[in-house]
Amino acid sequence: MDRPPGNTDSATAPRSPSDGPPRTPRRPKARAAADPRRRALRRRRLLGAAFALPALLLLGALVAYPVVFSVGRSLFDASGDRFVGADNYAEMFRDPATLKALRNSAVWVVVAPVLLTGLGLVLAVLTEKVRWATAFKLVLFLPMAVSFLAAGIVFRLAYEQDPDRGVLNAVVVGVHDAFDEPSPYPTARAREGEGLSGAPADGYTSGGLRPGSVAVLPFVGVAPGAVPAGATAARTPEPAPDGLAGTVYLDFAPGAGGRAGVVDTREKGLPGMTVEAVGEDGAVAASARTAADGTFRLDGLGDGTYRLRVPAANFAAGYGGVDWLGPALVTPAIIGAYLWVWTGFSMVLIGAGLAALPRDVLEAARVDGANERQIFRRITVPLLAPVLTVVFVTLVINVMKVFDLVYVIAPGPVQEDANVLATRMWLVSFGGGNDQGLGSALSVLLLLLVVPAMVFNIRRFRKGGSR
Amino acid sequence: MRTTKVTRWLGSSAVQALLVLVALVWVTPLAGLLLSSLRSERDNAADGWWTSVTEPSQLSFDNYRALLDDSGLVQAFWNTVLISVPTTVLVVGVAALAGYAFAWLEFPGRDWLFLVVVGLLVVPVQIGLLPVAKLFGAVGLFGTVAGVVLFHVAYGLPFGVFLLRNFFAEIPREMLEAARIDGGGEWRIFRRLVLPLGRPALASLAIFQFLWVWNDMLVALLFADGESQPLTVALQSQMRQFGSNIGVLAPGAFLSLVVPLVVFFAFQKHFVQGVMAGSVK
Repeated sequence: MDRPPGNTDSATAPRSPSDGPPRTPRRPKARAAADPRRRALRRRRLLGAAFALPALLLLGALVAYPVVFSVGRSLFDASGDRFVGADNYAEMFRDPATLKALRNSAVWVVVAPVLLTGLGLVLAVLTEKVRWATAFKLVLFLPMAVSFLAAGIVFRLAYEQDPDRGVLNAVVVGVHDAFDEPSPYPTARAREGEGLSGAPADGYTSGGLRPGSVAVLPFVGVAPGAVPAGATAARTPEPAPDGLAGTVYLDFAPGAGGRAGVVDTREKGLPGMTVEAVGEDGAVAASARTAADGTFRLDGLGDGTYRLRVPAANFAAGYGGVDWLGPALVTPAIIGAYLWVWTGFSMVLIGAGLAALPRDVLEAARVDGANERQIFRRITVPLLAPVLTVVFVTLVINVMKVFDLVYVIAPGPVQEDANVLATRMWLVSFGGGNDQGLGSALSVLLLLLVVPAMVFNIRRFRKGGSR
Repeated sequence: MRTTKVTRWLGSSAVQALLVLVALVWVTPLAGLLLSSLRSERDNAADGWWTSVTEPSQLSFDNYRALLDDSGLVQAFWNTVLISVPTTVLVVGVAALAGYAFAWLEFPGRDWLFLVVVGLLVVPVQIGLLPVAKLFGAVGLFGTVAGVVLFHVAYGLPFGVFLLRNFFAEIPREMLEAARIDGGGEWRIFRRLVLPLGRPALASLAIFQFLWVWNDMLVALLFADGESQPLTVALQSQMRQFGSNIGVLAPGAFLSLVVPLVVFFAFQKHFVQGVMAGSVK
């Protein structure tokens, strides 16, 4: 990319010549026109038609005729035998799966082009300020070379639910655990019949205790290797005069000889366990964390009986990350993959527009003391409006037709939650639905939805001065 | 004055840091694919590809070797070539002829027909699937490489004709008339004058078209059968057991990427122009 692509390249910009292609001047019907000249003219005309013929034949048979055929076919039922009028079009809004696809398409068309244009604009402006802009553009443009299938595989990998395998969830879980420490004992459970009742999912509670008593809370189900490294030998603490004391420990000694419900010499405390004292009114009166030897002390309790509670949070399973490809997030997740592919496009096109902005206007604004944000909002964006519109419309057309990415990324069970117009059309017509009437109607709808963009494109082309 | 300098410096390094971060985010998925493709099935099932950054001994070409032994996938790779190369040649050739005719030759209904061609630009591929499938079924093209090629050519033409006609129209009239006066036939002028002058546009069109077809899945999904399916379709059918066969999918996807990436780096300028221009589709 040694020069900004997009607007300056004469190769591709649909610009028209100043003098226009010639409409060969209609020759005056010279009565005396020599026969050979007339023959030459006819030959030229024939030749012109012959040059255009292969293209016109292919376009007629494989593009124009199918449009007519599909419109006709959409008025017949699934098997094609019975004329049903507009029934297939009404069916689109009755069939829940198709309706879902229509809704998803609407989300796509609103969200993706807006995000892409915005992102492209911001990145294009920012890259103007760095020296390695070309390298940056290259990196972001790279995914445009990649097939949607490959992009789909790339993102199926990245969105993998298991944080040990999917890079996105690895990051999410890492960030999550940095702020919210994971529960230390997801597998632990209280030894039964030793004073604690409940279940890991609800937490455990003891019977009523008066201040000054000492509680021994035995747990099992923690593999010796899973005991935190800092844990020391469990011990029974001194009683606290106006509170409750106790120890939470792993009631299992490596080797033999441990007695159930008794703190034996080689048994370890379970540090970091939260223990609460719950008053008769059910309110938490005090809360503490166990020390390295498993002991805890809940001071400052008034008279009365208290229950000790070991809340469920101690045993919560680790945070598993986000279910990216679940029914709720699958569409945003696929849109994310789409952004990865297309941001480079929007950035490079907008960047080319940016490079073509009149420098003196920007300089003048800077001299007048405008700051960067003001320049961006008041000058850059308005001047770029035509380019932004082109990018936006182009993206709308492309987003409307998105197929591969949705088809590839959405796992089978959530395919229906992810469907858009194009994938639904495919499934209805060929993927088991076998309703070619409805399928044709969907493809016609797709065409109709792109028509406004087509009108815009043709207008732009004609305004360009074709004649 | 100094404070503005400092803030500017801080601002610019913040921008730099942000852009580096964005670039990293963009590269990571591809790096993940590459590393996954070099790890054994067992390693991929056990943990993420990033562990192999610290344990490079996990990496090997075994998956690729297995892939090259899989005759189905190798065949699919060749099918991709057999589909994309002829399509590209045909689109460029047919569109160049028509583009020249629309720009410089006279024939009845020329301007009207050209507008129709421009209008066909936005006909989505989807609308052609069913009718053309029936058509091909009737003439025995369904499920063949030739059928896939023809379909792609037809749907590549509106843009090709549009692009080349506009480009050829800029050739100075004097040049063409001089050639005509010299007695060159239209065919000769087309070959000796128009095609060489149009090279930049032809290159952009060829690259865009090639990538479009190379990367296509939808058309081949319908029109190709097991024998003629390209790599994208062959890999897609492996996706059903995603997770259990990353060892095939990741190297396969990477193999399908290599050619576009080579094209990308070899023809950066034309590539970007081609994609940009083709985006009106």
